[in-house]
Amino acid sequence: MQEDLLRALVPQVLAVVVRRYGDFDTCEDAVQEALLAAITQWPAEGVPDNPRGWLITVASRRRIELLRSDTARWRREALPPDPAPDVRGDDELALLLLCCHPCLTAVSQVALTLRAAGGLTTAEVARALLIPQATVGQRISRAKQRIRASGARFAMPTADELRARLTGVRQTLYLIFNEGHTASSGARLHRAELTTEALRLTRQLRSLRPADDGETAGLLALMLLTDARRSARTREDGALVPLAEQDRTLWDAAAITEGVEIITAALRTCRLGPLQIQAAIAAIHSEAARPELTDWPQIQILYAMLHALSPSPMVTLNGIVAGAMVDGPVAALGELARVADDPALAGHHRVPAVRAHLLEMAGDLPAAREQYRTAARHTLSLPERQYLQSRAARLT
Amino acid sequence: MKYLILIQSNPRTLEVWEQMTEEQRIAFGRAHRELDAEMLRAGVHVASAGLADPSLARWVSVRDGEAIASDGPFAEVKEHLAGFYLIDCPNMQEAVAWAAKVPDAVNTEVEVRPVLDMSGGEF
Repeated sequence: MQEDLLRALVPQVLAVVVRRYGDFDTCEDAVQEALLAAITQWPAEGVPDNPRGWLITVASRRRIELLRSDTARWRREALPPDPAPDVRGDDELALLLLCCHPCLTAVSQVALTLRAAGGLTTAEVARALLIPQATVGQRISRAKQRIRASGARFAMPTADELRARLTGVRQTLYLIFNEGHTASSGARLHRAELTTEALRLTRQLRSLRPADDGETAGLLALMLLTDARRSARTREDGALVPLAEQDRTLWDAAAITEGVEIITAALRTCRLGPLQIQAAIAAIHSEAARPELTDWPQIQILYAMLHALSPSPMVTLNGIVAGAMVDGPVAALGELARVADDPALAGHHRVPAVRAHLLEMAGDLPAAREQYRTAARHTLSLPERQYLQSRAARLT
Repeated sequence: MKYLILIQSNPRTLEVWEQMTEEQRIAFGRAHRELDAEMLRAGVHVASAGLADPSLARWVSVRDGEAIASDGPFAEVKEHLAGFYLIDCPNMQEAVAWAAKVPDAVNTEVEVRPVLDMSGGEF
């Protein structure tokens, strides 16, 4: 409970403090320290009557101390009065935009977003990203240096720039979601936190945006529909379960209903974009009670549209798999042979996995086995390797 | 993505080491420490270490539920792991760029291996 409260308050507090003092870099460190103070003090002393005011006061004080340790000229500065709790919706959006500023690398955006906009402690970010705390701390302080050097400010951009920058924010949120979503065992507990956090921030982003922002709606729907399959997509031992073999009664029906509603409304009223198409594909899978009821022709059309709007190796390969369900594996193998030499696909680790799947469908089991083995050697994921090895073993 | 940069010791690397002056050896050690610091500043460092002489190694096996530690029958092995850097960076290209900064790469070569992660896409 207290954690939820803090995560909601941290970005608001940071926005108030930055708006008042201007120096994002030091303010963000100060708010992180206020957060750590709250985590240690509140359980013992109780949550203050005005938790936001408490955090703002502590952060303001810590900011002075941080600056004091930097330079002696702050030594005599009196503590300024507490800023009025002035909370505007735009603040949270401006904060997300700053954390996902295009001057930053993707990994820096992820770390900074989780801490400054997500209200996680450095230790929590480190546990979730599976890297040491000191390394996370460095990523965040470098990101802030870079923001300062770029002259980026904590402010709302013009409407045109906002549209362009939101694409970057959505990419970062989706990256955070996938980091958590694809964790299949071991570190799942901490990594799942990334999924929750990405969903929360995407919901927040959607509530701050006008109703015509179809891509943010698409992203939220895509996350909900993907996350709905979480308990079905891995077995207890961590083994991956392919979509066709998942126990669909384990899917989260409430999340599916919400995701389908969001994407249906967006498709009706908004300009189409790649995230909406991906969400629509996920919705079609979700609506099939059994794999054989899947509307593959519709999925095939959606992949063709996605390919036209936003081509990528995974879109091509998934489109070929959908095509196999409509036109059969032989046609799909021909299509795969046609695109496999494309430089974007050559050497992509999923190519032999898709070929193996198609060969298995076509009944050429020895060739399928060989391709599964090749695919197992190419993947960088341990659960995927185990899955592909077990598919190969199943065919012997 | 995590990548392991492996530094092997073998007759070839030993020969290079033997030919180095004292100053060069000191500079070599300093370059390793500086690389460590640079990796930390860049936010890619996960772990790094130099390993003690293989004569201090123990070979451990379990037979019938009993752990046995021995000096190992592998004294004749000509190559051993001398040290490593474990880094977290977006792709192999960047990992290779970091490996190129390892002092040993200038003298002989180092190996970069992607580390399997626990992610798993849906099939």
